[in-house]
Amino acid sequence: MEMPLQRDDLAVSCRGVHKSFGEGATKLHVLRGVDFQARYGQMTFLLGPSGSGKTTLLSIIAGLLHHDDGAVNVLGRDLTKLRNGQGALFRLYNVGFVFQQFNLIPALTAAENAAVPLLAAGVPRRQAMERAKALLEDLGMGHRAGVLPNKLSGGEQQRVAFARALIQDPKLVICDEPTSALDGPTGRHVMGLLRRIAVQPDRAVLIVTHDARILDFADCVAEISDGVIHKVTCVEEEKEKC
Amino acid sequence: MLTGDKPKYFGLVLAIAFSTFLMSHQMSIFVGLLERTRSQIRDVQDARIWVMDPKTQYVDEVRTLSDQNLYSVRGVSAVEWAVPLFKGIARAKAVDGTFRNAILMGVDDASLTGLPQKFLAGDAGALRAPRTIAIDRVGFAYFFPGQPYSTGQELELGPLVMRVGAVVDASPPFVNLPVVYARYSEATQMVGRERRLMSFVLVKGRQGVDEAEVCRQIREQTGLKALTSSDFGWDTIWYYIRNTGIPINFGITIAIALLVGALVSGQTFSLFILENMRYFGALKAIGVTNIRIVLMILLQAVVVFLIGYSLGISWTALFFELTKENLDLRGFRLLPEIMLITGGLVFSVVTAATVLSVRRVVVVDPAVVFRG
Repeated sequence: MEMPLQRDDLAVSCRGVHKSFGEGATKLHVLRGVDFQARYGQMTFLLGPSGSGKTTLLSIIAGLLHHDDGAVNVLGRDLTKLRNGQGALFRLYNVGFVFQQFNLIPALTAAENAAVPLLAAGVPRRQAMERAKALLEDLGMGHRAGVLPNKLSGGEQQRVAFARALIQDPKLVICDEPTSALDGPTGRHVMGLLRRIAVQPDRAVLIVTHDARILDFADCVAEISDGVIHKVTCVEEEKEKC
Repeated sequence: MLTGDKPKYFGLVLAIAFSTFLMSHQMSIFVGLLERTRSQIRDVQDARIWVMDPKTQYVDEVRTLSDQNLYSVRGVSAVEWAVPLFKGIARAKAVDGTFRNAILMGVDDASLTGLPQKFLAGDAGALRAPRTIAIDRVGFAYFFPGQPYSTGQELELGPLVMRVGAVVDASPPFVNLPVVYARYSEATQMVGRERRLMSFVLVKGRQGVDEAEVCRQIREQTGLKALTSSDFGWDTIWYYIRNTGIPINFGITIAIALLVGALVSGQTFSLFILENMRYFGALKAIGVTNIRIVLMILLQAVVVFLIGYSLGISWTALFFELTKENLDLRGFRLLPEIMLITGGLVFSVVTAATVLSVRRVVVVDPAVVFRG
């Protein structure tokens, strides 16, 4: 199944993407000609069971993994043409990440964790910390800016992870199972926050999840199984049909 | 990151500190022991050239010289003056019956050349009186325990009863025996009779003549061996290195300290890297380059090294500071060269452990962060 094409709006475009792991008898064909798109100004969900290939697709879109065949265009760039160092720079300045396990560095405070991408980009520490604190304030975490991750609740850690993902003002935000480590109400709360602060006209948000409780935050949901996108549902289309 | 894991951080710091302490401490003791082998050579400050039998290997094993040898040396044009020196072992006995072998140094009757320079009681002039000796701190403390450094006590040396005229601060000898100084003519009466008793001839070269040249002329014109104090001291040190188990034993201890330091710091760093792999993966995914991550880890390694090394060196310095008044441990000290060598070795170990561990970070697939 194909998503409606509005090429000017596309932040991510995958066409006929194939990816295999292993060789010979152990070869595993994880992606079998995936077509997938994510638009600017939208929150696109990639939904699928374990082993469906969604993490592999996410890694390819993030530029962390090379696909075997097909075309992948992210923010107008063909990622296969980026060399290793350029890929890292591309991610640093254009892509924000939210991980399933948050992956906040234990020795750094919430503000320092949020400031990591700016510090890595060479922004002066004082400036980076001011920006991090302002972002944490927006996320309702201003009073916890100086706290170490092990003193934060799961919801608070996720909000710090959001701040880290958004601090460079990226064009694409990639979230991997952002609510899987949170209880239901907290999950919905942080998704509401993410929607409010991350969804911008010039930014696409791509979320991989199998948490059905948060699907109502999506603008589009692409369902993947056995390495193929088999269904795409977009809220606007549904409204138009009605 | 490492500082966030306090048990591992302190474990690493302590491993480096202990390794540093053990290495610097054992090296200091080793160097101190070797320094002790040439203590009597170092204590002779007023003559810079030692003349001896050509087959002499080190200061503690001598073949005696004849008076004719002394006159021959005096006849060398480059020699300003030359005096005899006796070195031997004498049985010393206090009035209360306490006895012990002592290193006996017989210095020239007229010039008293060969006496140490620092006196704790009395002075060099006291030795000009008949039947008078100077004794070092260890000897004084052994024969006259509990007494402040003073003169006037009696000590039996061989067949002679001698009076303590001075207490000197002699360098500690290799075997921690008392050192007794007497005039040459009396020292030679304290030991068993031999035909010849002169151990060495101490020489002062003429002004303006190079010491090596003085030695060369003595060798050529007398057939005797002539060495500067420095060369003779090193010959003695090398003799002990070649002919005793000291370097091997200390070498083993230092190698074990290095190995333990390397293993512990290597394993801890490796565990640290392994346990933090997902954070490194996250940083790589975010876009932090390998070089920056490696530099970050190396910086942590350097900080850990600096703290651990400073602690270890401080412990060693404290040990020698606390024991400097102990008569059995005097002379042992932490030299700047040992601090540098230990620092270099420990830094190499930490760097090697870090570099080996860091390889895993460089090759880790950043996509690992999406695999739960």
